[in-house]
Amino acid sequence: MDFQLTEEQQYFRRLVRDFAEAELKPRARHTDEAAEFNWLAVKKMGPIGLLGLNVPEDYGGAGVDAVSAAIAIEEIGRGCGSTGLAIAAHNGLGCGPIVLFGSEELKQKFLPPLATGSGKLGALALTEPGAGSDLAGGVQTFAQHEGDEWVIQGNKMWCTNASSADTIVTLCRTDRSGGSKALSLILVPTNTPGLIIAPAEKKMGLKGSPTHAVTYDNVRVPYEYLVGKEGYGLQHTLQVLDGGRIGIGALSIGLAQAAYEEAIKYAKERHTFGVPIAQHQAIQWMIADAATQIEAARLLVYKAAWLKANGKPFTKEASMAKLFATEVSEKVCFNAIQIHGGYGYSAEYPVERIYRDQRLMTLGEGTSEIQRLVIARNVLT
Amino acid sequence: MNIVVCIKQVPDSAATLKVEEPSNVSWGDALLIINPWDEYAIEEAIRLKEKFGGKVTVLTVGTEQSKEALKQAVAMGCDEAHLISDPAFVGSDALAMTYILAQAIKQLGEVDLVAFGKQAIDSDTGLVPAGVARRLGWPLLSYIAKIDEIDPAGKSLKVTRLLEQGRQSVSSKLPVVITAVKEINEPRYPSFMNIRKAGKLQIPVLDAAAIGADVSKLGATQAATQWLKVFPPPARTGTVEMISGDSPQAIAVTLADKLLAEKVI
Repeated sequence: MDFQLTEEQQYFRRLVRDFAEAELKPRARHTDEAAEFNWLAVKKMGPIGLLGLNVPEDYGGAGVDAVSAAIAIEEIGRGCGSTGLAIAAHNGLGCGPIVLFGSEELKQKFLPPLATGSGKLGALALTEPGAGSDLAGGVQTFAQHEGDEWVIQGNKMWCTNASSADTIVTLCRTDRSGGSKALSLILVPTNTPGLIIAPAEKKMGLKGSPTHAVTYDNVRVPYEYLVGKEGYGLQHTLQVLDGGRIGIGALSIGLAQAAYEEAIKYAKERHTFGVPIAQHQAIQWMIADAATQIEAARLLVYKAAWLKANGKPFTKEASMAKLFATEVSEKVCFNAIQIHGGYGYSAEYPVERIYRDQRLMTLGEGTSEIQRLVIARNVLT
Repeated sequence: MNIVVCIKQVPDSAATLKVEEPSNVSWGDALLIINPWDEYAIEEAIRLKEKFGGKVTVLTVGTEQSKEALKQAVAMGCDEAHLISDPAFVGSDALAMTYILAQAIKQLGEVDLVAFGKQAIDSDTGLVPAGVARRLGWPLLSYIAKIDEIDPAGKSLKVTRLLEQGRQSVSSKLPVVITAVKEINEPRYPSFMNIRKAGKLQIPVLDAAAIGADVSKLGATQAATQWLKVFPPPARTGTVEMISGDSPQAIAVTLADKLLAEKVI
């Protein structure tokens, strides 16, 4: 057993931390307040490899192992939650399906601009007004196979990155008869006529990561834009989400770590009763709990990533990691505000933003309840 | 183009330095980094290579630990790295360092350009690039803010130097030694792909014999300069006065009055 990161992984962490300290953290407040996507920093991520974490080098990506990818998302999230979500979604959900299931032609055509940053980002559209956790029964967006084209009609919700994307891989119903083979993933370039991206949703946090409703009004794409096998859209999606959950777990650790560091800094500066509040046991206990919880969550996330990197089954562990890390993040960020007292409620202090940002983590890419369902099904079979 | 960049590994600028008697400076276990000025030299060298082809070789004089700095340079995009290391080098001063580097550069075949940062943030002498240029018999173009033109085939270049008095446009023949200031470019971040390459790279170690250096010219006993005493600068004295007032305007008026009274403005 070895808990030590490899030299390469340690170097990756230092690199991404330096990048986030210089390019993301100083702008995180503005990114949130102005709801302005940090393109300047994201464009610089391409040459580093941060936009093609899972994309093989042959297609312009970095092709790093899953642990390194988790570390990268964690460190980006520590600098800026909004950018962290956008980049986690781009890598895991936008590029992920093409890397895992795309044909050679799709990979060659779409991955290099996504991975190198020469183009825009990637997105995945699953959720619909009437379909969230229940994709199998709920997805209504329909793709009709006509000649050598797909004709897509429908509506998607909560599509992260849609307005900053070149590609939206879309989960469509391709067989009206229902059953487990009724859905397929289809790649839709965002410049396709009939694709309408609504204005960004107004959200509680992560405001610098735009989320959109997307309408498909007779959108026509070539039949070859099918990602993976026809009828296997649900199975492919669940596999993509397994990886995405490690990303959200890692992002949650980054957010928790950022809040925890702010809390420690404040606890050493703020004096009450003649001493820094860090000397009061009430504060120390919160900090000790946070340190322990973050460590435990990080180990779970890295374990799931390690399983993935080593080609072992990781569905259950990814769900455990996501469930635990996101709920830890909730507690740590809550207490970070508690330690700040009234100041923590002020937008002057980063913990206010981080608390709002982390609130999505127990919802997106499968709610905590869905994670428990996945874990229970794996444990009880 | 065949470009050589000479770098120095230094303590992180955030490190806490301590002076230990009689003349030793310690930075504990602080992180060691590439001298920040050298990163501009590395970036400029990589840009030239990307434009004109060729290769960038990075050199440093140091110990096994210095390989980390070389690997970082490769992670940024340099092609080759050499560590120049020999027990005989210990205690060498800037003058001896120019001899070591010049000898090493002579082993690298036909070189078009040698790049340095303008100085190192630890010893801050800025002497080494000039000494290396002198020993190689090449022109020195220091404090370069821009390479305006470069013609590798015609062996010439034109640069802008950033001096206290202003900017100076200079042309020269290649080969040349340049030193970079921060206006020249924005150093890139290393890439994951190059980090992987750097991790696998075997860095050759060149000792005194390999670079054909005469060891009798090296080491502490042969140094032309000696550190007689090292001491920290005296702590700053002064007082802080917090100005309060009813409005920002009132505070500004009070501040301006006080600055006038102190003849600051």
